[in-house]
Amino acid sequence: MEGVIIGPERITMPATSVKASASSRTNQKHQPESNRQVEAERPTAVALTILYGTETGNAQQLAEQAAEQAQQRGLSARAIDMANYKPRELKAERLLMIVTATHGEGDPPEPAQPFHEFLHSRKAPALKHLRFAVLSLGDSSYEHFCQTGKDFDAQLETLGGTRLADRVDCDVDYEDAAEAWIEQSLARFAEIVEREPELRQGATPAVASEPAQAREAPAYDKKNPFPAEILENVRLTGRGSAKETRHVELSLEGSGLRFEPGDILCLAPRNRPEVVDALLAATGFSASELVDTRSGRMSLAEALAREYEITTLTPPFLKAYAQCGGHASLQALLEPSNREKLNDYIWGRHVIDVIEQFPVPDLEPRGFVEMLRRLPAREYSIASSFEANPDEVHLTVAAVRYHSHGRDRHGVASTYLADLTEPGTQIPVYVKPNKTFKLPADPDTPIIMIGPGTGVAPFRAFMQHREYDEARGRNWLFFGEQRFRTDFLYQTEWQAWLKQRLLHRIDLAFSRDQSQKVYVQDRMLERSRELFAWLEEGAHVYVCGDADRMAPDVHRALETIVHREGGVSAERATEYVKNLQREKRYQRDVY
Amino acid sequence: MSDNDTDYGNLSQPLDQLHPNERGKVKSNYLRGTIAEGLTGPVTGAISEADNNLTKFHGIYMQDDRDLRDERRRQKLEPAYQFMIRLRMPAGVCTPEQWLKLDELARTHANGTLRITTRQTFQFHGVLKGDLKPTMQGIHQALLDTIAACGDDNRGVVASANPHQSALHKQMHELAKQVSNHLRPQTRAYHEIWLDEQRVATSDDDNVEPIYGKTYLPRKFKIGFAAPPTNDVDIFSQDLGFIAIADEAGELAGFNVCVGGGMGRTDNDDRTYPRLADVIGFCRPDQVVDVAEKIVTIQRDHGNRVDRSQARMKYTIDRFGLDWFKAELANRLGNALEPARDYTFTHNGDRYGWVQGEGGNWHYTLFIENGRVRDRDDLPLMTGLRELARIHTGEFRLTCNQNLIIANVSEQARSDVDVLLKQYRLHNTTHHSALRLNSMACVAFPTCGLAMAESERYLPSLIGKLETVMEEAGLADDAITVRMSGCPNGCSRPYIAEIGFTGRGPGKYNVYLGGGFQGQRLNRLYLENVGEEKILDALTPLIHQYARQRLPGEPFGDFVIREGIVREVTTGKDFNT
Ligand code: SRM
Ligand SMILES: Cc1cc2nc3c(=O)[nH]c(=O)nc-3n(C[C@H](O)[C@H](O)[C@H](O)COP(=O)(O)OP(=O)(O)OC[C@H]3O[C@@H](n4cnc5c(N)ncnc54)[C@H](O)[C@@H]3O)c2cc1C
Ligand SMILES: Cc1cc2nc3c(=O)[nH]c(=O)nc-3n(C[C@H](O)[C@H](O)[C@H](O)COP(=O)(O)O)c2cc1C
Ligand code: SF4
Repeated sequence: MEGVIIGPERITMPATSVKASASSRTNQKHQPESNRQVEAERPTAVALTILYGTETGNAQQLAEQAAEQAQQRGLSARAIDMANYKPRELKAERLLMIVTATHGEGDPPEPAQPFHEFLHSRKAPALKHLRFAVLSLGDSSYEHFCQTGKDFDAQLETLGGTRLADRVDCDVDYEDAAEAWIEQSLARFAEIVEREPELRQGATPAVASEPAQAREAPAYDKKNPFPAEILENVRLTGRGSAKETRHVELSLEGSGLRFEPGDILCLAPRNRPEVVDALLAATGFSASELVDTRSGRMSLAEALAREYEITTLTPPFLKAYAQCGGHASLQALLEPSNREKLNDYIWGRHVIDVIEQFPVPDLEPRGFVEMLRRLPAREYSIASSFEANPDEVHLTVAAVRYHSHGRDRHGVASTYLADLTEPGTQIPVYVKPNKTFKLPADPDTPIIMIGPGTGVAPFRAFMQHREYDEARGRNWLFFGEQRFRTDFLYQTEWQAWLKQRLLHRIDLAFSRDQSQKVYVQDRMLERSRELFAWLEEGAHVYVCGDADRMAPDVHRALETIVHREGGVSAERATEYVKNLQREKRYQRDVY
Repeated sequence: MSDNDTDYGNLSQPLDQLHPNERGKVKSNYLRGTIAEGLTGPVTGAISEADNNLTKFHGIYMQDDRDLRDERRRQKLEPAYQFMIRLRMPAGVCTPEQWLKLDELARTHANGTLRITTRQTFQFHGVLKGDLKPTMQGIHQALLDTIAACGDDNRGVVASANPHQSALHKQMHELAKQVSNHLRPQTRAYHEIWLDEQRVATSDDDNVEPIYGKTYLPRKFKIGFAAPPTNDVDIFSQDLGFIAIADEAGELAGFNVCVGGGMGRTDNDDRTYPRLADVIGFCRPDQVVDVAEKIVTIQRDHGNRVDRSQARMKYTIDRFGLDWFKAELANRLGNALEPARDYTFTHNGDRYGWVQGEGGNWHYTLFIENGRVRDRDDLPLMTGLRELARIHTGEFRLTCNQNLIIANVSEQARSDVDVLLKQYRLHNTTHHSALRLNSMACVAFPTCGLAMAESERYLPSLIGKLETVMEEAGLADDAITVRMSGCPNGCSRPYIAEIGFTGRGPGKYNVYLGGGFQGQRLNRLYLENVGEEKILDALTPLIHQYARQRLPGEPFGDFVIREGIVREVTTGKDFNT
């Protein structure tokens, strides 16, 4: 069934009568692609948006009826499922009607859950200019009668909206009450449009952000990072996955920070308290002893927590430490001829392992911290488009956790982020522009994105941006991970882009789903003819993710493809790929 | 036909005015659709909605793990799509070899359990898209299939598991197979998609489905055979039931025919209701297949194809009237059915433990709680049954009460079976109360897409609480049928239970009382949308009152009606009044 958009421009009616299909709905509840509503693109001017939340179709039917009646009153209106509504449009709405059922134990209908969550999250915008009215459907034999309607009604007011008509809570025999309410509230909407004719023009385009405040804000940079608040932190990898990859959203509100797709976010992590404690215990230093650091004087504990790298071993630290302790075997390890042995020694060991293995009795706190290097900021590819998600920055973070030499180890920044689940915590961040990883200037240029694992992060930003820009160039993603069921990062978003035909191709390589391992480069080779055709048509190629193995393998795959499909010698193929790089049509961001 | 009845089923109506599923069937090219292509799509673990409607005809149902639904939505992962596969196993009979194969498939391609259903067949749950084909081929290797186990067609034909009368069971099993085969969809789609059969082009497209045609039936259709005095198949819940009648010599004379049973209803929609079948006459064994076909064609031609909630044959009959139905049947058969004969049912539950059949062989009826065959730490059921299948030389029979009969065990082999039953702690009766042995729950969470409340995972604990009440009332050895369904569809046939529950929302149920112990009477709504506390508060005094005031031998269902606790329901239409 098609959704209904009723406005000056177009009227689409459902193909079947509402009644006939309502009876089949119970069977469709868990379908992946609901065929209930395929909203067409938004007509230019719609005065009234009617959002509905439904599971079994009642609210939808009422919303559509209301849209039709609004139209009869000369008020352009659209009825749209909350599931398909882009929350960022909300800021621009002026007149809003909500018709919603309640399900579960006072929970929103399943398709409406993301919108409900959004509205109650700290991402919800201020709605000072909004006029709204809520109709709720429910069943009074449930404890939480019409709870979802109540939620929306209260929350829209909390966010600054003005209630145009009082909410009515309808029981299972909702027809008459609902009809009367629709009649009355539409009258109120019509009245207000009469008084404020500019409302007839409908919602103004979404404003990117609260501009005044943002522009005046101080520019934050490396020296002066912005304390960004955590908005959201969810694990992307499903149960049973060997990976812990997370989606982290941070707020940039008030920072004035901006970025482009492809840019990097740098952040200053803290070392884990238990690591600091262990180190203090191993050295016997007092936590409260004051030390001077580049950021000023502070307690040793605080300095170890935020100023110094106290886990990862570096050869300079080992050198300084060996010198001060005079441990012969450690010194021997540092001989240039023992490079490999040194590497083996460092792998999987941290500062504390050295201190325990080679104690230095008269070690001084001040001398010790001088051997350590500053805790460097960690870099993460930004996974969101600023324009699409103003004032936010999203990251895709693989938590580094492993066990070695008898200890559980935690990557400093990735697990700091991963474990920060308390919303509101602040992390110092700044933006690092990435000139060599940029979308083509021409929005019509096709792009090929190769990003297994967390390498997919910037491509989410690319897609968001191209969607926002309405760029017409074709997009092709190669993604890989271990397992389809648990590790398909941002699966539902890629599916939605495919469905919207914004993503034209996707090729997936899940290495552990079959007996032989399959990687992105294998998929590229399988698609070599087409890939070459895209290159010939001027496509840009982007590679992001693992630098050690993936990037070189992909590079070789590109050369092979040109060699094979272009019918040229291996040397010419190498030259062709080099040329792509020179022309900046082949860009990499690997780590 | 009465005046104001529209013939919704009449296919001369334009297709676009019928329910969209009807168009789906016509467009499907006899149940092929794009199933084969969808199986290889790498971006989703799902198949398309249109194909999902078609795979049902192949016994396959797309589901998702509802325990994970919300979590995965937040994780930006699609629902954990997986499939349920239901077997077609007329009369619920399988061999030990088949058991072993199914057991292996369950462990390699499904969630490591087998589920015995209320229509005496097996279901696999949790089969991933990529495992579908290997599983289907494995089923084929076991000489079984899943054709029409779901879908708008004649479903699995059930028959009384009947351990006593071995000869009669054999006859009914044979008839169940005949009816099932006769009414099986004839399209080769199943063999092409799942078994890689080459497609043969035919010019005679219109004759692919001689009975069904391109649109199959308006809705599911269910047939059963019962052998009085046992009504273990709940014959009155079937669209079409055959009740075995013996002649003076004790041989099978034929069957009473009953029509128009069904359980499914929808909350707050009074046009929907459970209904018990009406007995309309008698037929000889050699007429059974023909009678079944003609009744199916009546429903094919007159069932509602616009509104699926009104499409079952029970509504067709109530819309047109029973007299019309009988006349229509006589018309199609060329003669009217003979008058129905006398019969008596005494119970609709199973009789547990060892029973000796007429031929001298033994049969052991084993209680399987809610039909779920799985290994638990305290009960290695699946392993035990696997070991049993390795030594068993008879057959297995599943019952419509979700239990298992180890059938046709010779006198000598009995002790071997006993040893294994003991070794794996499977002996029923010593472990379970009569209440539990007469309880049954549908699947519901986490696999069933329609579940509103827990059922299979919850009933055992509720029964535990009710057992305490029964003991206190001095009824520890008394049976009351208790059935729970996670939604009003009623897959555990809760509307004929003495105490029935249907799910309304998480932890909330409607409570029904007064169903017939012989499966002969619907129950009535007693409490609406209540949680465990209210359920126990209400049932405790009733059970005590029953203990004190029941007449000798009076079942609980009869008692609550005699005492006026609920009003008797006499017809389906009366259910909502
Ligand atoms: C497995 C089983 C319950 C059990 O615990 O054993 C079952 C399970 C389901 N039934 Fe059923 N039904 C099962 C016997 C029944 C029965 C009992 C019977 O037939 O004796 C009924 C009531 C009788 C009847 O048909 O009226 C029954 C009435 C329904 C209905 C309601 C039909 C209606 O007319 O309203 C649905 C929903 C539907 O068809 O729309 C349904 C649908 C379903 C589905 C397929 C859910 C769905 O449509 O998405 C359930 C799958 C759950 C799962 O995860 O396995 N099931 N279902 C039974 C399988 C029987 C078999 O082997 O074929
Ligand atoms: C340009 C750029 C973009 C990046 N984008 C992303 C991104 O989008 N997402 C993302 O998750 N990361 C990204 N990274 C990587 C990120 O910056 C960090 O390096 C990563 O998160 C690890 O940092 P950490 O502080 O958690 O770990 P550290 O505390 O820095 O520890 C990491 C070190 O632990 C050691 N180690 C790891 N595993 C083992 C093991 N099993 N056995 C022994 N030793 C081990 C290795 O020596 C490794 O270098 C990017 C890096 C760059 C340079
Ligand atoms: C499983 C389930 C749970 C429900 N839970 C509630 C509830 O907690 N509170 C309530 O007021 N209504 C509840 N309802 C009733 C619905 O809100 C009501 O049926 C409504 O008309 C459905 O509208 P829809 O068709 O738009 O989904 C529930 C319904 C179902 C099926
Ligand atoms: S009764 Fe409802 S919840 Fe239970 S299996 Fe049937 S459809 Fe699912």
